[in-house]
Amino acid sequence: MNLHEYQAKLRFAEFGIPVPRGKVAFNANEAYEIAKELGGVTVVKAQVHSGGRGKAGGVKVAKNPDEAREHASKILGMDIKSHTVNKVLIDPGANIKGEIYLAVTNDRAARKPLIMASSEGGMDIEEVNRTAPEKIIRIHINPLIGLRSYQITELASGINLPHDLWKQFEKIALGLYECYAASDATLCEINPLAVVEEYGQTILKALDGKMTIDGNGLGRHPELEALRDTSEEPQEEITARESDLSYVKLDGQIGCMVNGAGLAMATMDMTAHFGEQYGIGPANFLDVGGGADPEQVAAALRIILSDKNVKTILINIFGGITRCDDVARGIITAMSEVPTQLPIIVRLIGTNQEEGLAIINSANLTNMTGAKTLYEAAQKAVEAVRGAK
Amino acid sequence: MAILVDKNTKLVVQGITGKQGRFHAQQMIEYGTNVVGGVRAGKGGEWVLGKPVFDTVKAAREATGANCSIIYVPAEGAADAVLEAIDAEIELIVCITEGIPIQDMMKVRAILDTSNSRLIGANCPGLLTPGQAKVGIMPGYIATPGPIGVVSKSGTLTYEAVYALTQRGIGQTTCVGIGGDPINGTSFLDVLQMFEEDPNTEKVVLIGEIGGTDEQKAADFIDKHMTKPVVAFIAGQRAPAGKTMGHAGALVEGNVGTAAEKIEKLKSVGVKVASYPEQIPDLIMQ
Repeated sequence: MNLHEYQAKLRFAEFGIPVPRGKVAFNANEAYEIAKELGGVTVVKAQVHSGGRGKAGGVKVAKNPDEAREHASKILGMDIKSHTVNKVLIDPGANIKGEIYLAVTNDRAARKPLIMASSEGGMDIEEVNRTAPEKIIRIHINPLIGLRSYQITELASGINLPHDLWKQFEKIALGLYECYAASDATLCEINPLAVVEEYGQTILKALDGKMTIDGNGLGRHPELEALRDTSEEPQEEITARESDLSYVKLDGQIGCMVNGAGLAMATMDMTAHFGEQYGIGPANFLDVGGGADPEQVAAALRIILSDKNVKTILINIFGGITRCDDVARGIITAMSEVPTQLPIIVRLIGTNQEEGLAIINSANLTNMTGAKTLYEAAQKAVEAVRGAK
Repeated sequence: MAILVDKNTKLVVQGITGKQGRFHAQQMIEYGTNVVGGVRAGKGGEWVLGKPVFDTVKAAREATGANCSIIYVPAEGAADAVLEAIDAEIELIVCITEGIPIQDMMKVRAILDTSNSRLIGANCPGLLTPGQAKVGIMPGYIATPGPIGVVSKSGTLTYEAVYALTQRGIGQTTCVGIGGDPINGTSFLDVLQMFEEDPNTEKVVLIGEIGGTDEQKAADFIDKHMTKPVVAFIAGQRAPAGKTMGHAGALVEGNVGTAAEKIEKLKSVGVKVASYPEQIPDLIMQ
């Protein structure tokens, strides 16, 4: 789960990292009031779960409160990579002398946390990685003992940070690692960690922040779960999460219901394999999981049917421990609760498949067709969409 | 011959008194696996399915000589269960549990690396050596003894591939599900090495998916160290970037971890890559 910039910076502040004292506005008048309160130059920043805000015009400097209002009214409602902006952060302007990049993330390949710093902050770090990878200092952290002081020294000297800033840098790096470890984060990023002149002093300040939380860790952080912003998520994905289903919306016409993540992906691939030449593909990824009881099957069908692009449903269940007769009963129950005339291709294989197919057949649903293999099921689903056109 | 589990496996079930643990323990016993006992703190001295229950893994190992443990403990306690099994010096630990936080797994991994234990999973279907032992949740009847080693990140997709092989009369030495989490105990490389060394395994099926770089590393390993032919399938060719596809590890980040990248890399080292799971037997027979 991604946090917004303002949420990440508030979290950083809890771990002793200096951040600007900005506030969030939901309309242009609020933006004006906040800018007036802050005084001087402000920055109006779109709060949206998408990268490239700056390039899209979602970040603007305002000389006075009137300009802040003007910028906010343009940025609010703006579409950035198909995410609609519905709030802006108003931060005080800063006298920036330099920009550092600092982040803690999971290094999957090394199976350890990784802290990274670069003198080339402010830019797209992936671009730095492509053009000058030696400018990113990377240090692995032993998760059992955490980030050590000498490692921070290695970072500071690696990016040629002036000695007089080392003490501040150490406090920030330690805070960022603690924040990462205490939040089940998969990423805590400050870009830029700016060198700013303030009241005659040179200080380091996190002008931007990004945090991603491990979904599997959210259960023990209700305070972070409470920060979830569903306003940008498709309704289907929200409903699926509430029903404990794993669902991702795609843009095709074949609604897929499968047990198991790998098989669900393979089923999507298969429908695209046959359908691509006709512009037909999967409408979603949906894993009903191992249990697949009637309630979950019904919930899955409801979610699939709420997608108006869906022209055909493909149910592919490989009963291992899951029994096909249980799934069949689930389908029949679901069909009585969520009736549909759309063609449904059903492939039930594995444990108790005969009993399962008998249950499906005895229900006499005219829009339902069986298939023996994944290959056949995908082919039939594509044909059904073509027939419906 | 087989790898990892066989007739000599003495299995202890962590979480045997729970709904899942009990159900699958029964399935494993019916398959012929030598289940020697179970563990559940606070239920030591009781009996489940005719097997003794112990309070700790250590007590279970001392009493039964168990060399393998399987974990059906909910996510919040699963990392602890793995650590307990490592502490009890269990040689092979199989963790079925899904949803363990990644930072927990990093810590487990750091401890595991200093021990003599091997962990399979978490978030995996376990292992099956047809005719000898089933340690996990794979349905037993879909497999049959034979010369093919199967290693996979997925559960039901593995069943699909194994069933397709069995339907065509092609049996398996051992089927290993390594799990779909970003950080796990055993990698493709470990299992490929074991299949390469196993005299009864003639060919290997590798089933991967989007996310991470494990399949690319497997390709390098196959290129340098394997003499046995490998057939692969990679799920998630149509998966969009930035969306997790069910498994916590199945996530395309930037350009890293796409199916196309993995397939190209595997093909470049001579691995035959199936377009769909049911094509795997055709490629194995070629």
